[in-house]
Amino acid sequence: MNGLLLIVVPVVGAAVAAVWPSDRTRPWLLPVAGLAHTALAFWLLFHPPAVSPGAWLGFDQLARAILPVVSLLFLVCAAYAVPYLRMRSERHNRVFVASLLACLGLLSAAHQARHLGVLWVTTEALTIATVPLLHFNGTPRAFEATWKYLLIGGTGIALSLLGTFCMSYAYVFGGGGGDLAFATLMAHGAALSRPWVLMAWVLLLAGYGTKMGLAPMHTWKPDAYGEAPAIVGAILAGCVTTVGFAAVLRVRAVVAAAGEGALTDRTLLVIGLFSMAAAALFLMGTRDFKRMLAYSSVEQMGILACGAALGRAGVWAALFHVWNNSLTKGSLFLSSGTIRRAAGARTVDQVSGMYAITPKSAAIFVTGLFAITACPPFGPFFSQLRVLRAAFESGHGAVAGVFLVCLLFAFIGATRLVFAIVDGRPRGEARRVGRRYVESAAVVVPPLALLGFSLWLGLATPEVLRQAWTAAVDQLTP
Amino acid sequence: MSAAVSLLIGLAMGLNLLSLASSRMPSLIRIVAAQGVALGVIPILMEDRFSWLVALLSAGTVMLKGVVIPNLLHRAMRAVKIDREIEPFIGFVPSLLLGAAGTIAAVAGARAVPLLPEHAGTLLVPGALASILTGFILLIGRVKAISQVCGYLILENGIYLFGLLLIRSTPLLVESGILLDLTVAVFVIGIIMDRIQRAFDSLDTRRLTALRE
Repeated sequence: MNGLLLIVVPVVGAAVAAVWPSDRTRPWLLPVAGLAHTALAFWLLFHPPAVSPGAWLGFDQLARAILPVVSLLFLVCAAYAVPYLRMRSERHNRVFVASLLACLGLLSAAHQARHLGVLWVTTEALTIATVPLLHFNGTPRAFEATWKYLLIGGTGIALSLLGTFCMSYAYVFGGGGGDLAFATLMAHGAALSRPWVLMAWVLLLAGYGTKMGLAPMHTWKPDAYGEAPAIVGAILAGCVTTVGFAAVLRVRAVVAAAGEGALTDRTLLVIGLFSMAAAALFLMGTRDFKRMLAYSSVEQMGILACGAALGRAGVWAALFHVWNNSLTKGSLFLSSGTIRRAAGARTVDQVSGMYAITPKSAAIFVTGLFAITACPPFGPFFSQLRVLRAAFESGHGAVAGVFLVCLLFAFIGATRLVFAIVDGRPRGEARRVGRRYVESAAVVVPPLALLGFSLWLGLATPEVLRQAWTAAVDQLTP
Repeated sequence: MSAAVSLLIGLAMGLNLLSLASSRMPSLIRIVAAQGVALGVIPILMEDRFSWLVALLSAGTVMLKGVVIPNLLHRAMRAVKIDREIEPFIGFVPSLLLGAAGTIAAVAGARAVPLLPEHAGTLLVPGALASILTGFILLIGRVKAISQVCGYLILENGIYLFGLLLIRSTPLLVESGILLDLTVAVFVIGIIMDRIQRAFDSLDTRRLTALRE
């Protein structure tokens, strides 16, 4: 019941936003709905409800392990959205606010989907709901990015629908009823037809991998993250990608129950390492600091895929990394938004010396960069260390080696870019505009808070989260 | 599986080839609509006994794929006032040859996949594979946004055809969710096309080249 409230509250908020008369006061609906959602999500984290095994939607252990961080990141972004939308008062925000709240509702639904068909419907709806967010800036580049997002995302989602049907047929062919509830599929794992399960795995991995942004299906990501407002980038990178990852985890559990676990692990390792390598190469080359964040996100998704392939310890580490990635990436996106506005440009060719103009945001950006590239004592360091340990313990020494090399190159690529932007003397637009640029507390506190959470997760991971992740691993590997 | 169903699937496969050969936007939209109607009728014919739910789903599919979505596309086409010639990126003859080869491969390939006895002799799987392939050819091989959307719809029709293998097992709620999502998606796509037209003064996707590494 309470799990359903997580869906209902934001959807009602979206409906209210759609009819709310004033552009000036409407953004306040975001933090209000976000706060209610976060309070509910954390209450459920501490008091997990009993989920009936046959339910299509329910706050089960995997939802409990991921949904609270989605909610928390949304709340912080919502707090940032209020001053942001005030700065952008020249644009109407009715559609933007309503879509953002609808996204939160659909995120909650997709994480709680315990049925492959329901998961597909919610993921598709989520993709559509994010479209108006992407082109909020209304520039030709934004529409180009939106079109690519629609086309690539649409194809990915079509593939996952085909995969969903293949999975259902695997069950029908094996003599079952074709029901797509994950619990039923896992219980009848042995009866599923192997060729159809494998076909389903390939298609579903391609489909939900597109949603996550695993290479080589990542091509929409730099465009979308680069052209969308910073809050949208943070929500796409920290919230929407987690839906894709949760879907991959749930499907993997079914395929493993059908006896093909070793094969899923191999494909996940290959695609994960490929994503990390591709991201590292692009990070070495890109000159745009918002696109850099997108490639860094591809890298993090690669880390998640590797973690998911490394047994129980690996999945645990991946769930830990989901939290770290969402919080740290959110902080990076929000601070980059301030820097981008003050600088009036986004490439190293036009921007430098931002430390002199926006000292606070630049400091948060640099610290966030060290956090996401796995420098202690922030959370990502500890979760990536655990992924590495899982790799060594399961005898994947070579994987660990490639993993480390990719991390190193990504670190070099990202630091090169970030210091080029932060160091030196201001130039261009920033020299004129920048002197008068005021970093209000409203745009500094949200990214700082996210960075603080990331640090806290690293130094003192709360016991309840450890329990939640262990319970989720138990649910996925019975 | 009745002869009527095979006939309709055969018709859909023919429409696939026609869509690859058509050089005018309005006729391409009409072909996609006709295919949607042909496929929408199949569920009623497949069931031995009449069921209200299946009839409702069929009627909904015919309405949405035959009327609502084509209307949205027609309106989008008129709104953006584009030139109605289809510009191919892969020429008409090569794409037709590709489509024909793909259809043959789909019929041959369908023998290789394990199917239940009641599905083994039917055209469902070959028809689905051929439509999916046609959809991809249109998605890749056409430059204007509306033709790409038509390609996406044919791809979706192929997946729908595949889904008919499961008509007795998939809950209809899920089917209707899928249908609803598709309609909203086309609606959103229409809006974006309108904005692209205004921003770029063209719906030629080859102009969308500002974003690259």
